[in-house]
Amino acid sequence: MTATEQAPGGANIGSRKLRKEDPKLLTGEGKYVDDIHAPGELWMGMVRSTMAHARITGIDTSEAAAAEGVHAVYTGADLADMGLWIAPLPCAWPVTPDMVNPPHYPVANGEVHHVGEIIAVVLADSRYGAADAAEQVVVDYEPLPVVSSIADARDGDATAHADLESNKAYHWPLVPDPDALEAAFANAAHVVKAEFEQQRLIPAAMEPRGVLAVPSPHGGDITLYSATQVPHILKVMVAATTGIPEMKIRVVAPAVGGGFGAKLNINPDEILAVTLANKLGRPVRWTETRSEAAFSTHQGRGQLQTIEVAADAAGKIAGVRVHVDADMGAYMMLITPGVPLLGSFLYTGVYHVPAFGFTCDGYFTNLTPTDAYRGAGRPEASYAIERAMDLLAAKVGVGPDEIRRRNYLNGGEAFENLETASTLVFDSGNYAPNLDAALEMAGYADLRAEQQRRRDAGDSKQLGIGLCTYVEICGLAPSRALGGLNYGAGGWEHATVRFLPTGKVEVVSGSTPHGQGHETAWSQIVGDKLGIDPDDVTVLHSDTAISPLGLDTYGSRSLAVGGVAIAMACDKVVEKAKLIAAHQLEANPDDLEFEGGAFTVKGSPDKTMPIQGVAFGAFTAHNLPDGMEPNLQEQVTFDPPNFAFPFGTHVCVVEVDEDTGNVDLLDYTAIDDCGNQVNPLIVEGQVHGGIVQGVAQALWEGASYDHDGNCRNPSFLDYLVPSAAEVPNMKLGSTVTPSTSNPLGVKGVGEAGTIGSAAAVINAVCDALSPHGIDDIAMPATPARVWKAIQNAKGGQS
Amino acid sequence: MQVEMTVNGQAMSADVEPRTLLVHYLRDHLGLTGTNVGCDTSSCGACTIHIDGESVKSCTMLAVQARGADVTTIEGMASNGELHPMQQAFMECHGLQCGYCTPGMVMAATSLLNENPTPSEGEVREGLEGNLCRCTGYHNIVKAVLSASGQGGS
Repeated sequence: MTATEQAPGGANIGSRKLRKEDPKLLTGEGKYVDDIHAPGELWMGMVRSTMAHARITGIDTSEAAAAEGVHAVYTGADLADMGLWIAPLPCAWPVTPDMVNPPHYPVANGEVHHVGEIIAVVLADSRYGAADAAEQVVVDYEPLPVVSSIADARDGDATAHADLESNKAYHWPLVPDPDALEAAFANAAHVVKAEFEQQRLIPAAMEPRGVLAVPSPHGGDITLYSATQVPHILKVMVAATTGIPEMKIRVVAPAVGGGFGAKLNINPDEILAVTLANKLGRPVRWTETRSEAAFSTHQGRGQLQTIEVAADAAGKIAGVRVHVDADMGAYMMLITPGVPLLGSFLYTGVYHVPAFGFTCDGYFTNLTPTDAYRGAGRPEASYAIERAMDLLAAKVGVGPDEIRRRNYLNGGEAFENLETASTLVFDSGNYAPNLDAALEMAGYADLRAEQQRRRDAGDSKQLGIGLCTYVEICGLAPSRALGGLNYGAGGWEHATVRFLPTGKVEVVSGSTPHGQGHETAWSQIVGDKLGIDPDDVTVLHSDTAISPLGLDTYGSRSLAVGGVAIAMACDKVVEKAKLIAAHQLEANPDDLEFEGGAFTVKGSPDKTMPIQGVAFGAFTAHNLPDGMEPNLQEQVTFDPPNFAFPFGTHVCVVEVDEDTGNVDLLDYTAIDDCGNQVNPLIVEGQVHGGIVQGVAQALWEGASYDHDGNCRNPSFLDYLVPSAAEVPNMKLGSTVTPSTSNPLGVKGVGEAGTIGSAAAVINAVCDALSPHGIDDIAMPATPARVWKAIQNAKGGQS
Repeated sequence: MQVEMTVNGQAMSADVEPRTLLVHYLRDHLGLTGTNVGCDTSSCGACTIHIDGESVKSCTMLAVQARGADVTTIEGMASNGELHPMQQAFMECHGLQCGYCTPGMVMAATSLLNENPTPSEGEVREGLEGNLCRCTGYHNIVKAVLSASGQGGS
């Protein structure tokens, strides 16, 4: 495929079709977990640790247990005795054979390891009753030394778990050629070295997590409704954790109000709801409160990065060396240790890097566990290399656009299937035209002129212009590649496409949407592939009883893996339909053409049959070719041969008030390239939201902890999720470089905005402050931090 | 404690604990689950409804404080099978993704236009400051509200 080729198919793929999902969601018909009730349900209330690291010396549940409407109170010791589980909560990604993984049970028993860890569970008749009863449980603690930061974990004496000798969980290296790396740095004309902190972020999907487990006391079945991105993985893990036979478990993810990675875990509340519902023979439910979410849902990021870039006199990169110290939090959750690895391959960015090395040490702390958050490792990588490129540009004495041009893979020209120093093969790229498009849309030359004008005038409000050219890994994932990284599952996706007798189509997808518009986009693909109206297609998903095979939604994989599986299943449907049509039209299958939803004998336009007619014939089965099975239904499990590598250029314009340190976003331009687009309306929506999440990391958000391991800002009063008033309008455009990893040429876009934006913003802030000699500001770049940096640069004179 | 109010044009009555929040009364007692709860500090606006025509975060008041009031929730916005113009604008401008903030956002935006029928973009942004969305980056929400006000197409 060439770089300019348009999306394959007919009128639907590539169109800005309005979303099928919207009427329900706009009218309150969408049912989220907390909207669903079951007769006789009991509410769980969690008694959570108020200490980050302590021995539990006593729990008094008597008052709570005696309260009206309280059905039961269980401590960790009670639950251990009840034998409700056969294994701790799972970590599916033991990144090294000797990785340390302390057992993590749904309820602590003896020692707590982070504030908010569950100590006891109450079950009551009502939402309020459960909250009241949880308050009435009294816990006595013997404090233990607290590990409240990565630096504490690495350099201090205290251990986050009393029985561990060290906080280090693993060491993971990716150094393909150590000698070449040494030589690159030894012979370099320029070396830049920088340290960055990726602060912890609270994912804050607008819908808090929640569960409802409905048992069948006599039949032995259990249905778990959960606000999850991963119903299929959850089903397997519930079986593996509780010992309940897997075929007895049904998991339903109803309408899910955003995920961003925070809903891809296997959580204590999910296991508690299932096991207690089974034990008590009554439905059990729980809904997280927002202030609880800082403790009951994993957080994102939490890394200290050191990056070194070696270059020749002209700024051409010779080598990149990276070390990351990563904060696991108190426990390994589903993919906690693997998140930095997802980023490891991207520290070479969009650049030709002859020699590369990456090492990561994972550390335990007494803080909420970390795990995937929008981008998961890749925003961190993109940030480090893109910040370092600006430092290199300053050292070499060229502009940030020029340093990038000098280093783009394949000289900035279009390429396909190019191997990088980080051992990946990039499917396709074409970086220089993408940069050109972004600079033009942003009005880069005019912006630089305005910046100079303000500098010359000594304006108190200085302009900063920040660039970022990012690449990301999408389409998770080729199963063999995951096996090579010791991940505990594959990366395929499943699809079934079936014609109903009336000519309508049901698609069953294993990918699980939570706002991405899969029902609309999948219908567009099917519409073109089968030559039918997308509104004649329904998409079934997110219920393991309806969609038994799937690997769910994360890592921008849904379209590049799940959507492709649907397209391939459609092709198989057409193949079979062609045999039936040929049989009924008494023609050779090779003489049939399929166009506009009908089979026609070449040269005989009157000999034609619509695919819906074929479908009805397949249903009645009165006249099928000998030996052919009735019905028109096909399934495909697609395992991608390679990842997909979207890329793009973001240009951020900020105004820094030197008197107050405030940073205002004036303008934001993004030219993203996610390959062929199925629905540009949805693509733009994904990019808008992603950009704001990255901007928020750069300027406002960050979970803040004191030395005792208390989160200082767990609620929306203190944790600054931006509102409409803080963010600017965004100018978006795209280039189209189709992927070679799948027949649709699609890449993925769910995380792109976040991966590009934090670096663009901080590069802009640093650009504004560069006349002061300031070359770094830690995230979030709050007014206080910016103001202090300016004062320090001025030698303390204000 | 008995509370009576008009909800979406219908007289409703129930016996609730005095401490019952209005949002929980609507959701758990009346089954009107379109109004969502996104926080516990009255910060996010997911629970925004109209009381006597004005937008209110329904987690900020008790059900008993709404006695005798005329309450409209998201379920009362579409009529005769037709979306309210604000709902229609959100759909046409792709102003929603996961849909969780959407009912509150639609209620707040409708109230905003009642007070200021032709707001500027900046006024829309300031006017929706009390409603958080994590999916859209607000770009298309702002566009939808401007579109519903007759300013700019979808």
